[in-house]
Amino acid sequence: MIWDLFIEPFADFGFMRRALLGCIAIAIGATPVGVFLMLRRMSLTGDAMAHAILPGAAVGFLISGLSLGAMTIGGLIAGMLVALASGFVSRMTALKEDASLAAFYLISLALGVLIVSTRGSNVDLMHVLFGTVLALDNAALILLCSIASLSIGALAILFRPLVLECADPQFLRSVSKLSAVTHLTFLCLVVMNLVAGFHALGTLMAVGIMILPAATARFWAASIGGLLGVAMIVAVISSIIGLLLSYHQSLPSGPAIILVAGIAYGLSVFFGPVGGLIAQNLPRRRFET
Amino acid sequence: MTASVAFQNLSMGYDDLRAVRQVETDIAEGSLTAIVGPNGAGKSTLLKGMTGILSPIEGKIELNGFARDNIAYLPQQSDIDRSFPITVLDLVAMGLWREVGSFGWLGREQRRRVTDAIAAVGLTGLHKRPIGSLSGGQMQRALFARLLLQDAKLVLLDEPFTAIDARTMADLIQVVRGWHDEGRTVVAVLHDHDMVNAHFPSTLMLARELVAHGPTHKVMTAENQMRARQMCEACETIPHTCGKSAA
Repeated sequence: MIWDLFIEPFADFGFMRRALLGCIAIAIGATPVGVFLMLRRMSLTGDAMAHAILPGAAVGFLISGLSLGAMTIGGLIAGMLVALASGFVSRMTALKEDASLAAFYLISLALGVLIVSTRGSNVDLMHVLFGTVLALDNAALILLCSIASLSIGALAILFRPLVLECADPQFLRSVSKLSAVTHLTFLCLVVMNLVAGFHALGTLMAVGIMILPAATARFWAASIGGLLGVAMIVAVISSIIGLLLSYHQSLPSGPAIILVAGIAYGLSVFFGPVGGLIAQNLPRRRFET
Repeated sequence: MTASVAFQNLSMGYDDLRAVRQVETDIAEGSLTAIVGPNGAGKSTLLKGMTGILSPIEGKIELNGFARDNIAYLPQQSDIDRSFPITVLDLVAMGLWREVGSFGWLGREQRRRVTDAIAAVGLTGLHKRPIGSLSGGQMQRALFARLLLQDAKLVLLDEPFTAIDARTMADLIQVVRGWHDEGRTVVAVLHDHDMVNAHFPSTLMLARELVAHGPTHKVMTAENQMRARQMCEACETIPHTCGKSAA
């Protein structure tokens, strides 16, 4: 029974094993980035950047079809451009950041869909929008794992300045010149992980595996280490359950994974011990030292 | 005496909107100076000029005897994210950034100094608390502990005692006096004139232009305060640069 439900799909089918590996790589690379996005109140920025990757990847697709390299490079360039441009617009004009992000992501999405449709079929469009986690080839897997490793390494190096940049940016600027470097490197990491997520889960779902586990972890952990740990575990478990659901019930795998993470988030909103609805309405316990 | 901060014909703000105008004076090394003046008098702007966050539009600020990284600055409204999940210990330990940097470990000796700093501001036992659970006064104590660890020659405080309880204020004033006794230069923007009279030997009164600077009892005269208010009534017609509303 347990074998049939949980092990057999992965034991019998190579594509399921590949999908699992790809998802774990994304979970490990993207969720820490998602935690910091959330802590910096930049969750929506992540969303806008994810959509921005679409036209870039679409241009790559236009030039060389469903090629991993072209779409990756296109996505990276477009993601970075929008990250910088939206920051520029909100800093230099009267428009607030949320509105400028919304503007950028709507334009990007429309442009991306338009570009893909001019040359590709609806299948291609679905591929770009929702990813193909069940059809990851070797090159794609290597790309996902490399991005995850690079991302974890960079976060380890940047960890302390990044925490300080989130907690007290003014102080970091007063003691160190790392502030701008930290911010830019972090944006690069966001874009890289979104591009990785894009290959597996598609442009619409990529940001889900980044933000939902982070938001879930917020209800379970009160320290940064705890947040990172819980978020990664939530992401990996959501990936496994989502893949199994999609296998047994023939559901599209990307949305299944994100929905499982969404259910975890929904339950945490109610039952999470750290600021969840129920915990908040119980008699308040003070923090003990 | 060597002048440790020299303002030379200093103007700050924007061209058509000068928050600080033609200030020319010296703040002596090792002095404990209060900056007072009406709202919108350019007090915070002057501090920001000393930290280097804002640049003068005319004249200059000369720091003699120490570098910019020897300044510890407590802004009026720190943009600390109080909901950020770090503990008091983490927050205070940030004061050692210059020694430890991005990668260094806190050694046994440094841990002891962090603990000592937490004890010095009366937060012993609270070091594992997340900063979100601190009261306003406790948070200010933690920030003072961080300043202690920064071990700076010049300490700049922007209204450090606003909106905190009397006990905390009394304790933190002792910390400030401790800095003074150690020979550090301390400059604080203050509103409470009783506190200035009681604890600050020198005072710089500002109303965009310099009103007076010298020993506190000579500066804090009714005449000077009247003059400062009149000068600032004249400048009230111009919108504020630092966006502060009248208290």
